[in-house]
Amino acid sequence: MESLLITILVTSVPILLAGTGELIAEKSGVLNLGVEGMMLTGAVAALGSVLIFGNPLAGIFFGALAGILISLIFSFFTIFLMTNQVATGLGLTIFATGLTGLIGEPFVGKTISSLPKIEIIFLSDIPFLGSIFFKHDILFYLSILLIIAVHFFLIKSRYGIIIRAVGDNHDSAHSIGYPVKIIRLLCVGFGGMCAGMGGAYIPLVLTPHWSEGMTAGKGWIALALVVFASWLPFRLLLGALIFGGITILQFVGQARGWPFPSQFLNMLPYLVTIIALSIISIKTRSGNTLVPSSLGKPFLENN
Amino acid sequence: MYKKFMKLITFLSILITPFLLVNTKALAKTTKVGFVYLTTPGDHGWTYAHEIGKQMVEKEFGNKVKISVVENVPEGPDATRVIRELAKQGNEIIFTTSFGYMEPTLKVAKEFPNVKFEHITGYKRSKNVATGNIRFYEGRYVQGVVAGLMTKTNKIGYIGAYPISEVIMGINAFAQGMRSVNNKATISVIWANTWYDPVKEADAAKVHIAEGADILAQHTDSPAMLQIAEKKGALGFGQSTDMGAFAPKAQLFASINNWGPYYVEKIKQLRNGKWNTGDGPNHWPGNTWGGMSTDMLLLSEFKNMPSDVAAKAKKAHDGIKSGKIKIFAGPLKDNSGKEILASGKELDDGALWGMNYYLDGVTGKVPK
Repeated sequence: MESLLITILVTSVPILLAGTGELIAEKSGVLNLGVEGMMLTGAVAALGSVLIFGNPLAGIFFGALAGILISLIFSFFTIFLMTNQVATGLGLTIFATGLTGLIGEPFVGKTISSLPKIEIIFLSDIPFLGSIFFKHDILFYLSILLIIAVHFFLIKSRYGIIIRAVGDNHDSAHSIGYPVKIIRLLCVGFGGMCAGMGGAYIPLVLTPHWSEGMTAGKGWIALALVVFASWLPFRLLLGALIFGGITILQFVGQARGWPFPSQFLNMLPYLVTIIALSIISIKTRSGNTLVPSSLGKPFLENN
Repeated sequence: MYKKFMKLITFLSILITPFLLVNTKALAKTTKVGFVYLTTPGDHGWTYAHEIGKQMVEKEFGNKVKISVVENVPEGPDATRVIRELAKQGNEIIFTTSFGYMEPTLKVAKEFPNVKFEHITGYKRSKNVATGNIRFYEGRYVQGVVAGLMTKTNKIGYIGAYPISEVIMGINAFAQGMRSVNNKATISVIWANTWYDPVKEADAAKVHIAEGADILAQHTDSPAMLQIAEKKGALGFGQSTDMGAFAPKAQLFASINNWGPYYVEKIKQLRNGKWNTGDGPNHWPGNTWGGMSTDMLLLSEFKNMPSDVAAKAKKAHDGIKSGKIKIFAGPLKDNSGKEILASGKELDDGALWGMNYYLDGVTGKVPK
């Protein structure tokens, strides 16, 4: 039981991190479908840097850095050349899949040491809960702290309100003097950093090796997760645990011979996402706006 | 002056032409061979094994073959285009090395009746399409023997990709091997519903271990399962290639796909004019399904086990290789106790490809 709960928590980290970043990017009005590609970039950079520097902590840094760098390509096209965000995002994923395959070629077949576990004093001694929540790697704690920080940042802080304003109506935000393009550039960069770290988590903790396309669709799940969470950080955390939990649960179900098909459970996260979308759409019509209104629309600066 | 020079050149060319023709005839003895790969040899698994086989062809024939390889070919319309291009370029025999190339291969084969095609792991054949496959399940029997002897909890965790007959026959062969040495142990199967997703494979491995399994086996493609076993102190088996580098303390041994002998044999047949797909139903005689006896399936060194277990594993390997051990010989019962085969009989290849049940030793039911 204990180890199953730990597995659920750890499995949820990559999609939680990538989802956190995408949430901020989308709140500022940019839909970046390149999450999968940015995660792959983070994964290959993390593994490569650990092989070169021999320190798993370097993996976190370079994973995040690689994520930021590759998101700049996307920003350049969509924010400054005003290309279509959906097409550019898809392009980014396809490009990154090929690029990481090329970069990762020399790393194939090599294995690295995982991030060390940090036991938090006192808290890790609490029976049951201690070993579930307080005996993890640094990136795990970071991902939880990050989502809490993002919650307060978006809801309470002045900057959070500015980002939401830019995402809801970029023309108004612009006319009262906010630098829409710069704000979006930063938000997409944050998204890239988080996706990079989320990708890095896979070789750094979950499966310490590199192979082509190893994120295997986690980026798309993160995108669905943001919609599922209706752009609210704490729902994102909850959603990540549900999405991760269902994966593990269907495996447990199979191992114990529960009498329902594993494919059904596999489908559940997506089904719930569609239901969430429908509810959001109904709510939007009755005036409640959770969806950033300018999401996906290019910002044209007309002086 | 210039004109004279040109005349001389023309004259000389005419003079040389017959020699050139003779020369091309000599060149024609070079066999042009094409390969289509699903990924790059860098996958350290399936395609890597084919690359090793291709290298064996180069070593065997030297400059008598000219090999063209196309890597990273997605299954589907792209494959059709690539295979057609290889046929157009004059390749005389083309090996398409993934199950999903089945329809594209058949389609192009119709357009190029003089080119020979070898499709790997498919089941459809035609006049110029033969198939090649390996009896992977033979290695799984040996895995079962080792697992049965090594398990302390009597729980084996098995990760399957999809519930198709190829995977199911592997699970059943594993069960037969395990039952030959251990009457108590059971195999629990988790379907990952993917051939390749390292995180999912790792999760499935963690769940197996949490549920009490101490030996893990897989029929998916990444080394993730072995890495989890290594971390958690469990044991397991590698797939397609030796994965010992990923799990030096956890890998008991790996089944290694050895395509070389099959490639060499087929190219030899083509050069001698003896290549054919046979006339039987479904052209079975043209189908290659080799195992340990033809060295198409090899086992890596037995490690992380006591010497008496290794000796028994070797005995099982030798028994299958010589034909003394018949893996699916009667009496066979499925895991609900229903009789599948009476004593004294053996399942034939057709019956293996129709397997949709678990044999005794496996828990649960095959998903429908």
